[in-house]
Amino acid sequence: MSTVNIPSPNGQPKIGVYVCHCGINIAGRVDVKETVAFAKTLPNVTVATEYKFMCSDPGQEMIQKDLRDGKIDRVVVASCSPLMHEPTFRRAMIAADANPFLFQMANIREHVSWVTLDKNAATEKAKALIAAAVKRIVLHRPLEKTRVPVTSDVLVVGGGIAGIHAALTLAEAGRKVYLVEKEPTIGGHMAKFDKTFPTLDCSACILTPKMSAVRAHPNIILWTYSEVAEVEGFVGNFKVKVKRKPRYIKEDLCVGCYECVEACVFKKGITKDEFNVGLSKRRPIYIPFPQATPLVAVIDPETCVQIKRNKCKKPCVDACERDAIDFDQKVEIKEIDVGAIILATGFKTFDASRISRYGYGKYPNIYTSLEVERMVNAAGPTGGEVHLQNGEKPKTVGIVHCVGSRDSKTNAYCSRVCCMYSLKLAHLIKERTEAEVYNFYIDMRTPGKGYEEFYEKLLKENVHFIRGRVAEISDWATIPEEEGKLVIRAEDTLIGAVRRIPVDMVVLSVGMEPHENVDEVRRLFNVSCSHEGWFLERHPKLAPVSTFTDGVFLAGACQGPKDIPDSVAQAGAAAAEALALIDRGYVELEPNTAYLQEEFCSGCKTCLGLCPYGAISFNDEKNISSVNGALCKGCGTCVAACPSGALQQNLFTDEQILHEIEGVISYV
Amino acid sequence: MSKPKVAFYWCASCGGCEEAVVDLGPDILKVVEAVDIVFWPVALDFKRSDVESMLDGELTVSFINGAVRSSEQHEMVELLRRKSGLVVAFGSCAHTGGIPGLANLFDRKAMFDEAYFNVPSVVNDEKTVPQEEYEAPEGTLTLPNLWNTVKTLDQVIPVDYYLPGCPPPVNLIAEAVSKILKGELPPRGAVLAPDIALCDECPRKETKPEKMSQKQFKRPHEIMIDPEQCLLAQGLLCLGPITRKGCGAACTTANMPCTGCMGPISNVIDYGMKALSAVASLADSNDEEEIEKILSKIVDPVGTFYRYSLPASLLHRYYQPAAQGGKQS
Repeated sequence: MSTVNIPSPNGQPKIGVYVCHCGINIAGRVDVKETVAFAKTLPNVTVATEYKFMCSDPGQEMIQKDLRDGKIDRVVVASCSPLMHEPTFRRAMIAADANPFLFQMANIREHVSWVTLDKNAATEKAKALIAAAVKRIVLHRPLEKTRVPVTSDVLVVGGGIAGIHAALTLAEAGRKVYLVEKEPTIGGHMAKFDKTFPTLDCSACILTPKMSAVRAHPNIILWTYSEVAEVEGFVGNFKVKVKRKPRYIKEDLCVGCYECVEACVFKKGITKDEFNVGLSKRRPIYIPFPQATPLVAVIDPETCVQIKRNKCKKPCVDACERDAIDFDQKVEIKEIDVGAIILATGFKTFDASRISRYGYGKYPNIYTSLEVERMVNAAGPTGGEVHLQNGEKPKTVGIVHCVGSRDSKTNAYCSRVCCMYSLKLAHLIKERTEAEVYNFYIDMRTPGKGYEEFYEKLLKENVHFIRGRVAEISDWATIPEEEGKLVIRAEDTLIGAVRRIPVDMVVLSVGMEPHENVDEVRRLFNVSCSHEGWFLERHPKLAPVSTFTDGVFLAGACQGPKDIPDSVAQAGAAAAEALALIDRGYVELEPNTAYLQEEFCSGCKTCLGLCPYGAISFNDEKNISSVNGALCKGCGTCVAACPSGALQQNLFTDEQILHEIEGVISYV
Repeated sequence: MSKPKVAFYWCASCGGCEEAVVDLGPDILKVVEAVDIVFWPVALDFKRSDVESMLDGELTVSFINGAVRSSEQHEMVELLRRKSGLVVAFGSCAHTGGIPGLANLFDRKAMFDEAYFNVPSVVNDEKTVPQEEYEAPEGTLTLPNLWNTVKTLDQVIPVDYYLPGCPPPVNLIAEAVSKILKGELPPRGAVLAPDIALCDECPRKETKPEKMSQKQFKRPHEIMIDPEQCLLAQGLLCLGPITRKGCGAACTTANMPCTGCMGPISNVIDYGMKALSAVASLADSNDEEEIEKILSKIVDPVGTFYRYSLPASLLHRYYQPAAQGGKQS
């Protein structure tokens, strides 16, 4: 066992130990004086001292002065968690022309003073941790951060409002943006809404200008009907493969004139129209909606007779004056290099049929909120009319909040938008039908700008509010007034009674859920998910759009339920983060990476499948493994697994770890 | 000029190491031509007193095999150390503790109880156990003291070089002898074998798949072993990736997984821990329960991963608190 002990330039290492009081956070439990006296007795310690706040400027200056005076060449700070102040002290060392990796923190706050009331035990543990740090730091070597240049293009995944806003922001800043959307058009959920709360702006009126701006922007390459198939590389240097599905229409020739759609052998829609969430039907050749972007037809290979059976008269081909129809189109794979990726993959709405007692799919006239959005939309399947299956206007409508939200059986979280859109739908339904509208809510959650005022407005519009979770919706009548109606049974917790409200129509305010394939997408982009399936931000407060994979950012509802203003704000933040990364021109990589001592690698391949970051590959020429230091995140998985100890990790070599353990044990 | 003098000695060992010397075959004649073997209890009739009468350092080299676990062995290896210029720990037991080292999972009392009372074939109504001293009419008879803990040779005396293996491969022995005679030795403390793991020389290396992880670990008798495919890739616990090469892949060539007798390469601090860590990494699951299930198929993990190296491990032996009468040596 060879010792990797790089001595100080002048021979023996000279270690400075600085014990922080952290006000009374540490000093209230740990006897700092005694700890400092102990540190002075440790081998190679040339300076041991204390200060009220080591992280303050005077605290840092103490270290810098000792470094400059040549009293010390390695620094141990006994204070808080490295997560908190390791960067602070490393920067201080750099400013004093010292290598920032000849540094070790002993966490005597989170690991000591905050977890015990016993002063004696706290002091003893603080000493043990300092002994460990001192023993370990002898083996520290100077390390350098490496710089890698950054590709300036950005990939935005998802063409909803978040993706659109992020793409436009980046494009306006002069960056080339690839916007990839899996549907034939961008617009996402927002394109389906009629009005937006609380201002009741027309959703399309505010969204479609942004959609056409995307289409027209010289810096945006828009690939709809496309999906990301593969992501390789690392921050600043991602290599991405995008799968472009054949739409059987030449995108550059089609002008969206609808001639082909009109000419189709099917004179009526035959399959569920995705855009109208199934309230209407579409033909095999279609344009999702009149403001679709790009305004290009698409042929559904599942229903097109020509594609399925190769025997159609193909009137669409004859109808197209621009010869844009191409039945021979194949899947196309585009390879692009990007420096940053913004995920804006959005959400799906909760499947209301999962709660069988609400009768969705069983009784007619029970709709989801998204269906009603389409219904109240003037461009929707009913031309903006709200009516029942029999064509009559409803006289009473019940809106059930929290369907698939705040429910331990489905989703425990609050979907954040449902209260507000339910109020909006209540307003719109009342406006269109003059029906009595009942809102069944658990708590009214209206914490946005102008939201509470909107709620107040609805209260004045004589919309009924019943506080209680709906137990059941059925057509079981107990009194003549309930005959032929849907009966909503709920406990009204404000009056303390169970109520039965007969209505003509029910709106289920469905919550937001992660997409079904979220796990696949997560793996593709190497990001984590919360247990619900929302993409996990790096820090819930201080890094809300970053992920644990550098260079991959989050925008919109893929990170958690969000309304439009929040999605847009987050998209702007993600774009800014991406710009900050790209405009610097390079990325600095932490040196706590794994490295291979090639002469010890037997080529056993144990490490190959283990790296969560794809940093390990096999070098067939040398017949050994190979670590890409730029991809390595320093998780240590391969290092633990390497049977030869050939893989080691900077700052965490076996010897450093053993020394640290020995330090603790020899003290205890 | 007189020929260099060489000694062979055995401590807690099986005799396989002596066989390995004999396995040199005709080459042993070359050795005998070049050196004088002056002490080799298994083959030649020299006595302890012959060694005692030598000058300190008179022996050029002593090859000592076996772990050290008794007062007699201790005395002998100290004597040989004094009389020898070089001491080579010969074979797994001297190097890392070997099979006898697994006794460190127990203590002396437990071993005695097992050997003298519990084994079904033992009839010992009088509860006789070996005594270190016995008053016989002829005088006091003594037996060496059996230690509570088995030790590697270098835990008892300073060792200059190590020849690994159970037993050491013949070619490595020949090479070591030749290096000693020519004075072409590496720095003191080196293991006289290549410093890279077995996979490097295993004929099955080319058949390794990209993904080595396993849903199930198997034992050799449970499957028909493919004679060409990487054994680990077949789910067998082949310790080749953890084990130093130099044996010519003797076991894997004979269709049996490596059990690790050559010990670790130089930058592995604890063989068994590394083996455990590496093998655990190969469990092909992210589900805790399933991982548990996969790993539970490994019968006797200590015996598997520390088969040859428990005394050389960081833990040395199972912990006996002194309060329970435990003695660490």
